[in-house]
Amino acid sequence: MAIELRQVSLRVGAETHIHETDLSLQPGKFNILLGTTLSGKTSLMRLMAGLEKPTSGQLLVNGEDVTGIPVQKRSVAMVYQAFINYPSFSVYDNIASPLKVAGLPKDQIDAKVRQFADLLQLTPMLHRLPDELSGGQQQRTALARALVKGAELVLLDEPLANLDYKLREELRDELPKMFADSGATVVYATSEPLEALMLGGYTATLNEGRVVQFGETSTIYRQPHSLEGARVFSDPPINTAAIEKRGDSAYLSDSVSWKVPAQLAAMPDGRYTIGLRPHHLLPGGDGVAVDGEVQISEISGSESIVRINIEGNNWVSEAHGIHSYKFGARSRFFFDSSRCLYFDANQQRISTGP
Amino acid sequence: MSQIEFRHVRHAYPPPKGQAPVYALEEVSQVWDDGGAYALLGPSGCGKTTLLNIISGLLTPSEGSILFDGNEVTQLPTAERRIAQVFQFPVVYDTMTVFDNLAFPLRNRGMAESRVTERVTQIAEMLDLSDRLTQRASGLTADGKQKISLGRGLVREDVNAILFDEPLTVIDPHLKWQLRSKLKELHQQIGVTMIYVTHDQVEALTFADKVVVMYDGGVVQVGTPIELFNRPRHTFVGYFIGSPGMNVLPCTLDQGQPVFGKQHLGSSHPVDTDPGGKLEIGIRPEFVSFSDDGIPVAIEKVEDLGRYQVVTVRHESEQIKMVVGEDQAIPAESPKIRFEPDNLLLFRDDWAVETEHA
Repeated sequence: MAIELRQVSLRVGAETHIHETDLSLQPGKFNILLGTTLSGKTSLMRLMAGLEKPTSGQLLVNGEDVTGIPVQKRSVAMVYQAFINYPSFSVYDNIASPLKVAGLPKDQIDAKVRQFADLLQLTPMLHRLPDELSGGQQQRTALARALVKGAELVLLDEPLANLDYKLREELRDELPKMFADSGATVVYATSEPLEALMLGGYTATLNEGRVVQFGETSTIYRQPHSLEGARVFSDPPINTAAIEKRGDSAYLSDSVSWKVPAQLAAMPDGRYTIGLRPHHLLPGGDGVAVDGEVQISEISGSESIVRINIEGNNWVSEAHGIHSYKFGARSRFFFDSSRCLYFDANQQRISTGP
Repeated sequence: MSQIEFRHVRHAYPPPKGQAPVYALEEVSQVWDDGGAYALLGPSGCGKTTLLNIISGLLTPSEGSILFDGNEVTQLPTAERRIAQVFQFPVVYDTMTVFDNLAFPLRNRGMAESRVTERVTQIAEMLDLSDRLTQRASGLTADGKQKISLGRGLVREDVNAILFDEPLTVIDPHLKWQLRSKLKELHQQIGVTMIYVTHDQVEALTFADKVVVMYDGGVVQVGTPIELFNRPRHTFVGYFIGSPGMNVLPCTLDQGQPVFGKQHLGSSHPVDTDPGGKLEIGIRPEFVSFSDDGIPVAIEKVEDLGRYQVVTVRHESEQIKMVVGEDQAIPAESPKIRFEPDNLLLFRDDWAVETEHA
């Protein structure tokens, strides 16, 4: 199903929830909406589902204007972060309910229920009532019920947010596979950059009710058009700093400088902003050396995350391996200047690619 | 502040008539050092909330005893244990100001108002809430409210321990990161024993000095983040810690060396005698790499996760995950892989076989 938003906006009272937006989703693919709480993810989904009427603009489905057509008339399934089940139905009957409503023959219902129960690891609980399940199991039941319908447009609003970490990891792996053959257009809202990368597909970065950028997930991650887009798509947060550009060199301070790419060298001298992802700031290696004061260090399995104050900027280093630091210690870090993203005074990225 | 000790603690909820008890918590003997930062980590249903409730006194265990600084408290109610708790969802009084919310636990205990002001000011400063003290709590965002909940947990000075039950669940990832650092910083400043329950390995490993990993009602390993990563004692720990988790693959032994895919793996730590049982090797995806000779595999999937790639390969019926550098090319023709011999682990019936590096 092809979904297109044309100049769609949504105002509620005096507040603008969605500014004028143009967005064409990739039909039959995974489309991710990435942004923080209140960035507009849920509002956009409700508009796509027809649960909300846009203040202006049009919603097109397969090229046809469906603005204002109620959700019941369209092939849409939506799953919320807080899941809902029928309390007096068993898990089996909960999953089967949309198929019964659709009047499918019993054996087909049975096959589908079992297929999705298996996928969501619910097979041993098919005869239990929702009350007898853990929170995670209840959420998986609701997810199975939404998926079993085989809708053409599936809207998933942070569906894994309340699940156990490892289960989330497995479902992130499974979800794109489940939909790959169904032909459904999937819209998936998340506030986690890593989740977007794991799911792959296409991503729209969102901030304050605007779509910042839309495209293939890895392109949006590596080539953000603006500082805003880079910020939305970085966790831990992207390191930023003001630099002074003179000729073909960038100065972070009088003593820290490096050569800039030709495209930037050709631009007027003055102040620019750099963005450097935490995993490109390392405790060893070559490149530009910077000294800073360690504020806090954490070890997460195979990674060390260190917060450092460098030339007045709060930066984060995320490095492989175990590196221990004392609070307040002076330490040296390095980055490869080719990893820097450069932004102009309007916070638009300067293309420095080959 | 005190040391907390569990002696042979075990708990079963009352079984239906005529049935044997099923233990929600298997026997635990554990000392929680005074001033330590602990995490209880495990999937839902592993018993971590049961354990937490036993510490706080919400639940009296069916067996064993709990001691605070050597004094038996097993039968003491929560109120007499001097335990502060922070829950998953913010518990704040919407109609009160931020100041009054933070002052609540202190005023409740009849603390002099001058001392209340001093303490609240101090905690508010630590949590960056100083400029909001006169605001009503109802106007705050979810993370603002949860900060108040954290503050209320931290404000009392007379507590034996502070318990956190999944306190960052409702927080956005970028703020989660800040609050986590904040909490760690606070622990360093105030030095109270903190026990943090979570199913999220990143939260557990970044917060705690020692992580207690729970699985199926029992404690499977207590260790530092580094120990859990490098030397998991159980295949579950290998799977649960790390993302993706450790690869666990069936193997045989030949002269003390594990064999997988018809190849001797050249482990740096061979075993003397065949321990018998179900034998498996454990190798983290970080320690699997492409090489010119090694185990032939077929590539199933390459995921670009930004700072690294996760490659899923298959050898016969076994799936193996590997972590490959951001810019590293994936071999197109007849790829082979090798396991780093130093980081190869051996498991017998899911428990690590002790070798000299253990």
